Amino acid sequence: MSAVTSDSQHLRHRLAGFGRTLISPRGAVFLLLIVLLIAITVLNPSFAEPSQFVRFVQRVAPVAIVAIGQYFVIVGGEFDLSMGSVVTAQVVIAGNLIGQDESKSIPVLLFMLAFGAFVGLVNGLIVSFLKVPSFIATLGMMLALLGATLYWTGGAATGNPADGFRQIGRGGIRDLPVIGVLPWSVVILVVLLVIAIWFARRPFGRSIIALGDNPTTARYSGARTWWVKTSTFVISSLSATVAGVLLVGYAGVHPSVGRGYEFTAITAVVLGGVVLGGGRGWVVAAAAGAFALEALFTLLNFAGVPSTYRDAVQGAIIILAVAYAATTIRARRRGRALETSPAPEAKEPDPSEDPARPAPIPSTLRADNETKGGS
Amino acid sequence: MSTGTLSEAPVRKPRRRRLDASLIVGIALVGVIIIGSVLVASVGRNFFSAGNIRDILTGMSVLGFVAIGQTLVILCASLDLSVPYVVSLSSLIAADMMAGNPGNIPAAVLTVLVVAALIGTANGLIVTKLKVNGFIATLGTGLIIKGYLDTNYKGTSGNVPWEFQLIGATGVGPVPVSTLIMLGVAVLGALFLARTRTGSHMFAVGGNEQVARLSGIRTARPVIIAHVLCSMTAALAGLLLASRLGVGSPTVGSQGGYDLLSIAAVVLGGTLLLGGRGSIWGTIGGVAIFAVVDSVMSVMQVNPFLKDVVRGIVIVAAVAVYTARITERRRPRFTSTGASDAAGGGIAGGGRGAGSAGQGTPAVVQEEQA
Repeated sequence: MSAVTSDSQHLRHRLAGFGRTLISPRGAVFLLLIVLLIAITVLNPSFAEPSQFVRFVQRVAPVAIVAIGQYFVIVGGEFDLSMGSVVTAQVVIAGNLIGQDESKSIPVLLFMLAFGAFVGLVNGLIVSFLKVPSFIATLGMMLALLGATLYWTGGAATGNPADGFRQIGRGGIRDLPVIGVLPWSVVILVVLLVIAIWFARRPFGRSIIALGDNPTTARYSGARTWWVKTSTFVISSLSATVAGVLLVGYAGVHPSVGRGYEFTAITAVVLGGVVLGGGRGWVVAAAAGAFALEALFTLLNFAGVPSTYRDAVQGAIIILAVAYAATTIRARRRGRALETSPAPEAKEPDPSEDPARPAPIPSTLRADNETKGGS
Repeated sequence: MSTGTLSEAPVRKPRRRRLDASLIVGIALVGVIIIGSVLVASVGRNFFSAGNIRDILTGMSVLGFVAIGQTLVILCASLDLSVPYVVSLSSLIAADMMAGNPGNIPAAVLTVLVVAALIGTANGLIVTKLKVNGFIATLGTGLIIKGYLDTNYKGTSGNVPWEFQLIGATGVGPVPVSTLIMLGVAVLGALFLARTRTGSHMFAVGGNEQVARLSGIRTARPVIIAHVLCSMTAALAGLLLASRLGVGSPTVGSQGGYDLLSIAAVVLGGTLLLGGRGSIWGTIGGVAIFAVVDSVMSVMQVNPFLKDVVRGIVIVAAVAVYTARITERRRPRFTSTGASDAAGGGIAGGGRGAGSAGQGTPAVVQEEQA
């Protein structure tokens, strides 16, 4: 009897903790996503049918994959503005190099991955060694890559890859029960998400977060900061490449495919509660941010809102979401705790809540007590 | 990474201290002009012809307006990505209100500035009161304005009277009036930063918000004012574009890419993206570098798509050269006393990576704000 009550108490405690997580900035995106999905279903009940829902996931997949890549860059404390251009470049490369020759698919796919890694490597090395702010470095890459791509194509849509290649973004496993078709892009998204979660928990993934949180301490703790930083750019460019492969199949070849993806990805990541400037955030929430954004557009579509308002609503939502997260964190820091129970905080002691400035070192004579590297 | 600079640091330090940020930009500008004039001469044209100089100065004016405001915002460690839409909106409001009648010009200009100031206030309040990162806040307001523009305007609109078009068309000798106005605004901006209390507070807040607050500065006010002024200079750019085009256009701002280009120009001009250091004149230098590069490419008839490639490379290369030059990123604190040498020589000499440590800490502070 007493065991039952303690069990139910325990359950209630868990439920309360879950509820608090949902309203905390970390979990707010999931709550938003659920509300949006329910609203869509109310407006259009057929949306809840498994096959329709899978189609929705298929549509989101490229954005979500780009958001996963952008997550690693942002949580490492940088920006990648070149992702949209990478998507465009990869789409055009696929269109022009594969052509109607299906046998070229694999070599060109490998080339695209190598090219994506190369772009990320260049970005990362410029940021790490030339000390150019990532905003500027990737902005330069964005202009240069897009310009080169348009120069190559003459600014027009050219080429169309073989159908076999387009199947990656378009086709799927057919004749399944319940959902009918399981698109490859959904499979790829799930696989990449699992890899990303695994990767973020690895020591290397943790050093990315540590680097974003405080570069000085990360360096002191022995992280090879240049390599950690560079690898985040490689990851983001590779994810943009994968998104490009999916988009070739889904949307076809056009120089405008991928335009604005960098800002969409940043929006999605920020919606997911990831803090710009690095050090805080969860990769699943970033992907959920992409889903929430796309669900929002779908909802506006079903609600009959003119498509021109999409941008305005997107703008309002991201401001509100970030303002919510920021004011909640501020409230918590001041002790007016939204989360009264200490449990969640004990579980995840957030290092950045303390003043991240290192303690003064007595021997340092600097006026501002900033730690200096090495000695 | 720092070992290379470490060995030279004690030797080069005094010289580097004296090299002002905007001076380096000036040297870069001279370098770009020399390379440009050689390239232009190689195709048998004269870089220093009156027509070419007018083209360059004309090219500077619009981006110059936007970049002046952007400098103020970036000094406060914020960003303004909403400028292109403010530019478009201003050109539309101006052209619609003028409607071809010269008598409406003052009212139209005033309305445009008021609307822009309201947008800037909104940006500033969102950044300071709601604690939203400037990047996200202005991306959001920019999208909201874009939604409004796309919904209400299907194409160019309004009609600008001839008298107003003259501003964009006339010049004193080879110098266009629009560029003179832009330089006048730059002087005002520089004076504002150097001579007013709010101007000094902008440096303080951008450099380290917490220290500024502990020093008794109301940290919100300079940031809000910077955003208001930024939107207003963007509105001036919109007015200028309206005067050049003769109509208002909902896409003129985003086609120009003024958000990212102005940020690039500001950073080219030696202003730290993390805030707290920089100058208006450096920014003007950065804008001039863009204008010269653009004009050289136009004279040499470079493919328009390749121009973007060159622009991208120039941005990254220039900023790379610049950051390699300035490893000491903190504002000098004891410039005229011996304490500077003791602190700088003793401790910075002992601790390598002084630059990157200084770079890292503002990032942490910024993150805490977010």
